[in-house]
Amino acid sequence: MTDNPAGHKDTEGAKLGMWLFLFTEILLFGGMFLLYAIYRTKHAAEFHKAAEDLSRTAGTINTVILLTSSLTMALAISEVRKGNRERSLAFQGLTILFGSAFLVVKYFEWSAKIGHGIFPNSPELMKLAKGEMLYYGLYFVMTGLHGVHVLIGLGVLVYMLIGTFAGKINAGNFIQLENSGLYWHLVDTIWVYLFPLFYLIT
Amino acid sequence: MKKGPSELKQTPGTAGSQKAYILTWLALICLTAATVAVYFMHLGDAGAAIALTIASIKAGLILLFFMHLRQESRLLQGIFLMPLLLVWLIIGLTVLDVFYR
Amino acid sequence: MADPFRQEGQGKIMTNRSGFYQQGGGLRSWIFSTDHKRIGLLYLFSLFSFFSVGVVFGLLMRLELIAPGKTIVQASTYNAFFTLHGVIMIFLFIIPGIPVTLGNFFLPLQIGSRDVAFPRINLLSWWFYMFGGALALLSLFTGEGPPDTGWTFYVPYSVRTGTNVTLAVSAAFVLGMSSILTGLNFITTIHRLRAPGMSWFRMPLFVWSLYATAWVQILATPILGITLLLVIIERVFGVGFFDPAKGGDPILYQHLFWIYSHPAVYIMILPAMGVVTEIIPVFSRRTIFGYKAIAFSSLAIASVGYFVWGHHMFTSGMSDTARAVFSFITFIVAVPSGVKVFNWVASMYKGSIRVDAPLLFVLAFIFLFSIGGLTGLINGALATNIHIHGTYFIVAHFHYVMFGGAAFAFFAGLHYWFPKITGRMYNESWAKVACLFLFLGFNTLYFPMFILGWQGLPRRYYDYPPEFQELNVVSTVGSWIVAVGLILLFTNLLRSARKGAQAGMNPWGGTTLEWRTTSPPPEENFEEIPVVTEGPYVYKSGDVAKE
Repeated sequence: MTDNPAGHKDTEGAKLGMWLFLFTEILLFGGMFLLYAIYRTKHAAEFHKAAEDLSRTAGTINTVILLTSSLTMALAISEVRKGNRERSLAFQGLTILFGSAFLVVKYFEWSAKIGHGIFPNSPELMKLAKGEMLYYGLYFVMTGLHGVHVLIGLGVLVYMLIGTFAGKINAGNFIQLENSGLYWHLVDTIWVYLFPLFYLIT
Repeated sequence: MKKGPSELKQTPGTAGSQKAYILTWLALICLTAATVAVYFMHLGDAGAAIALTIASIKAGLILLFFMHLRQESRLLQGIFLMPLLLVWLIIGLTVLDVFYR
Repeated sequence: MADPFRQEGQGKIMTNRSGFYQQGGGLRSWIFSTDHKRIGLLYLFSLFSFFSVGVVFGLLMRLELIAPGKTIVQASTYNAFFTLHGVIMIFLFIIPGIPVTLGNFFLPLQIGSRDVAFPRINLLSWWFYMFGGALALLSLFTGEGPPDTGWTFYVPYSVRTGTNVTLAVSAAFVLGMSSILTGLNFITTIHRLRAPGMSWFRMPLFVWSLYATAWVQILATPILGITLLLVIIERVFGVGFFDPAKGGDPILYQHLFWIYSHPAVYIMILPAMGVVTEIIPVFSRRTIFGYKAIAFSSLAIASVGYFVWGHHMFTSGMSDTARAVFSFITFIVAVPSGVKVFNWVASMYKGSIRVDAPLLFVLAFIFLFSIGGLTGLINGALATNIHIHGTYFIVAHFHYVMFGGAAFAFFAGLHYWFPKITGRMYNESWAKVACLFLFLGFNTLYFPMFILGWQGLPRRYYDYPPEFQELNVVSTVGSWIVAVGLILLFTNLLRSARKGAQAGMNPWGGTTLEWRTTSPPPEENFEEIPVVTEGPYVYKSGDVAKE
């Protein structure tokens, strides 16, 4: 939190700081998108073939889950703004629930692949074509990196939930919740791109 | 250029109405359905372009409405373009190498 | 305003423990402090501690190279030396460099605020810095020993070698996070906390340089983050992004690496140029020539600098198209630097020059950086690059810009702002002697490398044919002269910090806001936040000392 000399909080400054942090996240994933762009263009057919083996159902469910969690996040903030602590807690709780559900689905997806012997450097993987190997490499690293960010986001949201419960986050002081929301929405946005890039390759 | 802040200016508080949030969410769900539908049309390269376009529209909706970018200062709206531009340009320059060897 | 050329003794008498030092002296009060001045000093001491280690590795390297064949160590040890020298000097010294030390201390003072926007994040960035430094040092002692890949960690060797690459790379990752936090803090501070009346074009140019640098820190460092993460992922999981056997392309590693590491050199040099721009008006008693040109040139260097990274890869196997494009943009990025050099020289024209240590270091900077910059153009031209890539020519070039440039400017800034930080004056004669040793030693150490490189001597080689020995000996002797210069410089500063003559509020007659508060400043920086009514560097003509 920012303090100016007069002791007022600078919420605009805090928000600017958060946006700047989000820029770094965009660049972090940007490096991976660069690798994806190059390798997919080089091995278009093999990417398509490998992508067929992903569950479009799981991907779509996860997309809907995350989009809905963004909605509940936005509603949680709007309720705090109006001073409705209980309703905000409910929406925050739902967001955390949805985020966890996302990770559960991801867990099942990964287990399925790993169970079939498809994981980085596995003997099964080494038998596939180069493009397919790259596809799975990118799949694990990018959804893995994204998953780590979801996990961190959940941690932050739990912290916010506690703060809202304790009254530290309230109608007069909710910039932390707002900034957490910004982070969560960005994590959602990254998934919005990952979904078609891995699950919907024609 | 305006003079330095004599006190820290706070914008009135960016907020969307709950109705706007729900409408945004509905739009996002519809677009998700659309992008899955396009997949089943098996349009090849065009399909990829369409999917990315829809994804960008969805991203735009999240940014503008859930993240309130629409209501933020011109400054924030402007500087948001910088990381986007940068990602595009570094991919572009790398492509100049990889696909022109 | 008190006449700046008058030796103090007429202002307030400063006790040693005055200003912000009065807020307690125990260790806890320092390492948990959120005061930007204390954090700046924490960084200063830790930075120069790591710097000394880096210097020692450099001296050891030169000692090994004084003769062909084995002189003091095995080849594998030598490889570890140059890797650590690079990692320490780049990630622990020159990249954090001026922003975290002089920037942390003086940014709030120069814009008239009480602290940075996020003081606790500022402290966190220092803790990350120390953690990263600890990890780097740890890589020296555990497992199969320190990395031997060069600071660039090129694949495939960095994936295959058994040495502590993962540890070293993790250190760099943590240091990157520290850098990002600093950048984020500075941008927000400059946008939100300027004093009343300080519009963008009334800011000191040092602040402009920190602003441009902070944007590079924010936008470029994450790419380093992902690149380093990918090295670790390769080593641990063998995914194969850079392994042709698994469909990967090793040149993509180089692309990702240099997409950060080229802009990184602008993180190193832009603040240094900012320091130079602060010192010249004060020591010429004239306003800066072309304020807006200098401000915009900082932004131009920061922007265009993102798109030249391929010039590190001209011999890697990149396409001709890419090579031509990168070479062309490299020539363009030299233009704004040239603008600055012209403006600095023009600012001194018809000025009343006061040749004290800060200005001496600045003049050395202009000379050495110009050589470095011009040889940069030689490197950037495709035809010559084929010949000199990977040779000592490159080593000389980057030491001229990073050491002769950025580090000399750092020294200039240390001397210029020394009285404000400590409340005391350093010994001017010793400072001049140190500067002389450093300047002569520097050129003796590095100029021969231009010749050696041009003659074809490769870099990072442990051994060389006997015909190259003469110049290698000259270079090694140069390293000893530099070492003497460094010892003189730091001994002077450290002694003077405790025993120097009292300095007043404004011993140099500077016009920027930091000189309007006590030396050292109180914890809250200013008794009252100043109201700014004009730009910096306003000197009325005839403002020369008449005494």
